[in-house]
Amino acid sequence: MTILLLILEFFKTGLFSVGGGLATLPFLYQMSEKYGWFTGEDVANMLAVSESTPGPIGVNMATFTGVTVSGVLGGVIATLALVTPSFLIILIIAKALQHFRENRFVQSSLSMLRPVSVGLIAAAVISVFTASLISKDALFAGEWGSITSWGAVASFAVLLCIYLKWKKLHPVVLVAIGAVAGIVLQL
Amino acid sequence: MLPMLQREVVDKHGWVTQEDVLDCYAIGQCTPGVIAVNTATFVGYRQKGALGGLVATLGVITPSVIIITLIALLLRGFASNPFVVHAFAGIRIAVAVLSLMAVIKLYKSGVKGAAGNALMALSFLLRVFFSVSPVLLVLAAVILGIILEWVKGRRKAA
Repeated sequence: MTILLLILEFFKTGLFSVGGGLATLPFLYQMSEKYGWFTGEDVANMLAVSESTPGPIGVNMATFTGVTVSGVLGGVIATLALVTPSFLIILIIAKALQHFRENRFVQSSLSMLRPVSVGLIAAAVISVFTASLISKDALFAGEWGSITSWGAVASFAVLLCIYLKWKKLHPVVLVAIGAVAGIVLQL
Repeated sequence: MLPMLQREVVDKHGWVTQEDVLDCYAIGQCTPGVIAVNTATFVGYRQKGALGGLVATLGVITPSVIIITLIALLLRGFASNPFVVHAFAGIRIAVAVLSLMAVIKLYKSGVKGAAGNALMALSFLLRVFFSVSPVLLVLAAVILGIILEWVKGRRKAA
């Protein structure tokens, strides 16, 4: 049953995430809300693994989620489900590719889609923050003192400065520094 | 991913031209799914039809599937190790920085004008405060695009 849901959810993700990269993120958070297959923290961890390994993030996320939810087979099936819709669409429109891209309805839809997709990804990034920096429970309970920890805020500030100073830095370096900070500061 | 694809399929094998790759990439961006995978599917299709597309698609996802499966299994084994727990708490902060910067980059390239900002704000608010499904919001954007263009076409005709 879980396998069928995995197929359905990742097929949907593949069909509706346009723009690549983090476009799959909103769908992963929705899966976590809907099925509880994994937590918001798990999604942030997955994102770290994806940023640190080669290959497209969307594919990595599908494999990681599938393996976490139902083992090796789950990983393979979730990944195949993710790429199936775009594969079929490309086969269908392949003969008229140029026309497709230049079609005014496609152009107009894309121009609406781009800002909407940025909004969706920004919403997902809020979830990344509540999984790393801000405690949602404390925020809703109004316990302002325990919403975040000084160690976490300081690490965020330092990592942000490192990123801004060395923009070409590979994400894996930032992830490694984060890991060291986590162990040293007992975050 | 794009530079590597160019090196392999244009320079080394001469399967497609430089313009073809850029075209494929542009189309990969406007069809749903993962851009790199879409681009690979196109190149495969151009070379050997549907079978070529299938083989290229499977080829481009296989390394990821193997690497990530190993990492996922490994992590599961160490999930309760206190060092791993603390390390990941720190790693999630690095991820927060990376995703914040990624969103800013996306904003700069994808959101233009007052209408763009309004659409972005609307989808953000509907998602965060009303938990509206991303599928619905994506569909709404596509339908809105089609309607606006249709209205424009009719006005021009009239």
